[in-house]
Amino acid sequence: MHELSLAENILQQIEDAAQTQQFHRVKTVWLEIGELACVEQESLRFFFAVVTEDSIARQAKLEITGIAGQAVCNDCHRTLLITALYQACPHCGSYALQITQGDEMRIRELEVE
Amino acid sequence: MCTTCGCGVGQTRINGKTVQSQQRTDASLRFRPLQSGHVHSHEHVPSSVANPQTPGTIDFGVGIAGTHAPGMSQTRMVKIERDILAKNNQYADENRQYLAERGIFALNLVSSPGSGKTTLLVKTIEMLRDRFPIAVIEGDQQTDHDAARIRATGVPALQINTGKGCHLDAHMIGQALQQLPLQQNSLLFIENVGNLVCPSGFDLGEAHKVVILSVTEGEDKPLKYPDMFHAADLMLLNKCDLLPYLTFDVNQAIAYAQRIHPGLPVMQISATKGSGMQEWIDWIMAGCHRAAAISHTAQALDSRFG
Repeated sequence: MHELSLAENILQQIEDAAQTQQFHRVKTVWLEIGELACVEQESLRFFFAVVTEDSIARQAKLEITGIAGQAVCNDCHRTLLITALYQACPHCGSYALQITQGDEMRIRELEVE
Repeated sequence: MCTTCGCGVGQTRINGKTVQSQQRTDASLRFRPLQSGHVHSHEHVPSSVANPQTPGTIDFGVGIAGTHAPGMSQTRMVKIERDILAKNNQYADENRQYLAERGIFALNLVSSPGSGKTTLLVKTIEMLRDRFPIAVIEGDQQTDHDAARIRATGVPALQINTGKGCHLDAHMIGQALQQLPLQQNSLLFIENVGNLVCPSGFDLGEAHKVVILSVTEGEDKPLKYPDMFHAADLMLLNKCDLLPYLTFDVNQAIAYAQRIHPGLPVMQISATKGSGMQEWIDWIMAGCHRAAAISHTAQALDSRFG
């Protein structure tokens, strides 16, 4: 359910940008969502359509780029790809992993007019 | 309330009073596809093709091409490059600064419903109220039962009702901070909505998130709901007095939590019987002294150089 809050936050930033950058319609929104971020993409798409219904981003296309989860093992110091927080290092079996990428949720750019 | 899914931010209440929206007041009503709130012009979308009753429809065959000549499109790209939660994080930073200036040590208590957060708070307040001024912000979807339980201990409590919302956000906390009688060098507890998922991503400006897991739940909860255990700085294993009657494996639960969050400190407590509570109280007191010392140092520097 917090995808509703995320969608509201996206719309707020779009509206802030509309004032400073002088545009009146948003056609496409590009997001970067990490695989380890606590976001359900389908839910976010649903709520984005709901909250933008009466806004300058009405019917805007949502393009979501996934970012792979990456971590460094604190024991064997190797970099590895992970898809969940509970995974162990495939090289040494340690759970002491430091996430270096994949928990981000960013608005990258907008196509506007 | 949104007619599509029943969601809505208009139901957030603090002590029963409607919360001022963080949206600009001149903005249209975004969650209600009603004509009264529909101030934007959509004449460039032919109504015969784009049906306003189907918000999920994305039709690229209409729009600018209907009113603009080919090659004359005003379309351009705008770089944003910001975190989706940048607004929340900005409010959280303001809260954190407000708390730091006053030497207030703030803890955000998170757990699933029924883990014993409010009972733990009541016991903690009883043990600490003679040493520090304490205030509490209670978050629940509905009712002010929890705030009433806290007020019965004699400390001020503010109830935030999130309506259909599933977590507290930094903007709600910012408003609550203005309404609470907070004292210098005090202790603030924020009891989040009982939910082991959504509150994990929302920074409120607290010093630490403290996750509470009770032994009447499954020991694999840290694996099932990893984000919260990843975000927390301390885990309290509550209701440990019930262990003789349960099959809960304490070591396994702690191992799972530390698999998600290596090095996560864990305290085994029973809020009702009092076991382990002194360790928790000592941890809070150390934090309070730290917050007060930092605020004191900042003030001394201000008076010297300000």
